[in-house]
Amino acid sequence: MSTVTRAEYCVVACAEAWRGDGEVLAAPMGTVPRIGAQLARLTFAPDLLLTDGEAMLLGTEPGVVEGWLPYRQHLSLVSGGKRHVMMGASQLDRHGNQNISCIGDWKRPRRQLLGVRGAPVNTLNNPTSYWVPRHSPRVFVERVDMVCGVGYDRAAAAGPSATRYHRIPCVVTDLAVLDFATPDRTMRVRSLHPGVTAQQVREATGFALDIADGVPYTREPTGAELRLIREVIDPEGLREREVPA
Amino acid sequence: MNPGDKQMSPEEAVGRIESGMTVGIGGWGSRRKPMALVRALLRSPVTDLTVVSYGGPDVGLLAAAGKVRKLVAAFATLDSIPLEPHFRAARERGDLELVELDEAMFMWGLTAAVHRLPFMPVRAGLGSDVMTVNPGLRTVTSPYEDGEELVAVPSLRLDAALVHLNRADAHGNGQYLGPDPYFDDLFCEAAEAAYVSCERVVDSAEFADAGSPQTLLVKRHSVTGVIETPNGAHFTSCAPDYGRDEAFQRAYAKAAADPGAWREFTERFLTGDEDAYQTAVAAFAKEGA
Repeated sequence: MSTVTRAEYCVVACAEAWRGDGEVLAAPMGTVPRIGAQLARLTFAPDLLLTDGEAMLLGTEPGVVEGWLPYRQHLSLVSGGKRHVMMGASQLDRHGNQNISCIGDWKRPRRQLLGVRGAPVNTLNNPTSYWVPRHSPRVFVERVDMVCGVGYDRAAAAGPSATRYHRIPCVVTDLAVLDFATPDRTMRVRSLHPGVTAQQVREATGFALDIADGVPYTREPTGAELRLIREVIDPEGLREREVPA
Repeated sequence: MNPGDKQMSPEEAVGRIESGMTVGIGGWGSRRKPMALVRALLRSPVTDLTVVSYGGPDVGLLAAAGKVRKLVAAFATLDSIPLEPHFRAARERGDLELVELDEAMFMWGLTAAVHRLPFMPVRAGLGSDVMTVNPGLRTVTSPYEDGEELVAVPSLRLDAALVHLNRADAHGNGQYLGPDPYFDDLFCEAAEAAYVSCERVVDSAEFADAGSPQTLLVKRHSVTGVIETPNGAHFTSCAPDYGRDEAFQRAYAKAAADPGAWREFTERFLTGDEDAYQTAVAAFAKEGA
C-alpha cells in the first residue's frame, strides 16, 4: 500500500464518528463523510443504516434496497434520535454553533447561503457532527453570523428542552479531529492528522484554541480499510478532490 | 354519475390566484416542482405573493420576476447546484422578506394547517437564531409532568397550493411514481384551493397498473383543479418520467448570474406560453446533442 493521503486520514476520522452508534441512520453530508460512513458500515459498524442520498435505504450488497425513507419519515427519525448526522458548516464557533444560512447581517446578507435547512432540528434531536474540508479562520470564527446548528452555550441558555438530546460528538477537518470534551464544553483538538502541527491548526482557527501537549495523532487506517476505500468505496478517487493532497 | 371534471389550463388555474395571496408550492429543491404552473404565474399580472416552499427554482423564478413579497422557507437550492442564484441575489439586494424556518418546523406548520390547529409543539428551533429572526415565534409549556418548554410552530395555512404529480385523473386524484412524495399531499390539504398539474391525465382505472395503492398521494376532495402539463416539472426532476435537465439547469444558473444573460434567457424561454417554452427547450436540447 502506498502512502496514506490526507483525504484517507479524513475518511477514517469520519468513519470513527459513527463507531458504537448501533442501529441508527448515518447521515453524511459531503464526499469524505459519505465514504467514511460506508467504510464504518463495511467494517466496525455493520448495523448502520445508509441512504442513497434520496429516499432509498441501501443494503450492504450493491444494488440492494432494504428500505424506504422519504423526507417526512426521515424527519421523524431525526426527532426520534435514531440518526447521527455529519453536516457541513460555513461558520463554526468554539461552542459548536454552526451557520449555513448567510454571511453578514441576516436582514440583508452580504452573502446568502443555503438557509438554515434542518440544522435546528438536527442539533436538538440527534447527535450532530461536522465536516469542514478546509480548516480556516473563515470557518472557525469568534461568532457565527446566524446560529443554525445550536452549540453547547446556546443550548444551555435555552433550557432543559434544548439540552435534553443535544450532542455534538466531533468536528472533523482536513487538519484535525476536534470535540467538546472540556469542562466548559468548548472546542479542543482531539487528534491531529499525521503531518499536521498544532501550530498549523492554531493559525487556521479564528479563535484561541487549546491544544494539549502530546495530543495524539489521528489513527492510521488498516490495510483492509485502505483497500476498501481505494478499491471498493471510492475507486474514482473523489475523496482526493474534496481534500487535495 | 362521476365526480366533476376539474381539468383546466395553466392559465385558468393561475387566473384564480390573486395578488397578495399565500401560495404553497410542492416538491423539494429542484425535484418535482410544478414548473409549468410557476411559468404561468410568471406570465400573469399576479404579484405581492407570500410563497411557502421547500425552495428550488420555483422560488428563484418568482423572486426574479418580482412576484414575491414574502418567502416562507428553510432553504432554496438547485440540489446539484447548491445555491439558488436568484434567491441569493434577491436576499442580497434586500428585497425579499424572509420567514426562515427549519425544515421540520415547516413540516409541522403545514401539518397544523391540515389539522386546523393553530400550532404544533416542536423541539426544533430552541437555541437557534430561527427564534431571533422570527420574533413572532412563541414557545409553549407542556401541561403534563415533564413541563417541557417547546416551540409553538404556527399553522401554515395556504390560500392556494400548486403541486406536480406523475399522474392524475380528471377528478383530482393524484399519483406519484417517484421515490419521495415530498409534502405534496400536505400542501393540498393545507390550502383553500389546490391545483395539481401532472404529466398525464389518466382514467382512474389506470392507477392500479401504474403503482401500488400507496402511490395515490393526493385525494380529490382536496383538489380544485387538474392541469395536464407534459414535461411540466422541467427542468426539475420528475422520476420516473424524467430526471432533472442538468444541462438546462446549468444554463439557467449561469444566465441568472448576469442581468444581460438573464434578459436573453427570459426572452428565449419565458415570454411565450407553455407550448412555446417546451419548443424552446427541445431546441436547446438539440443544440447540446
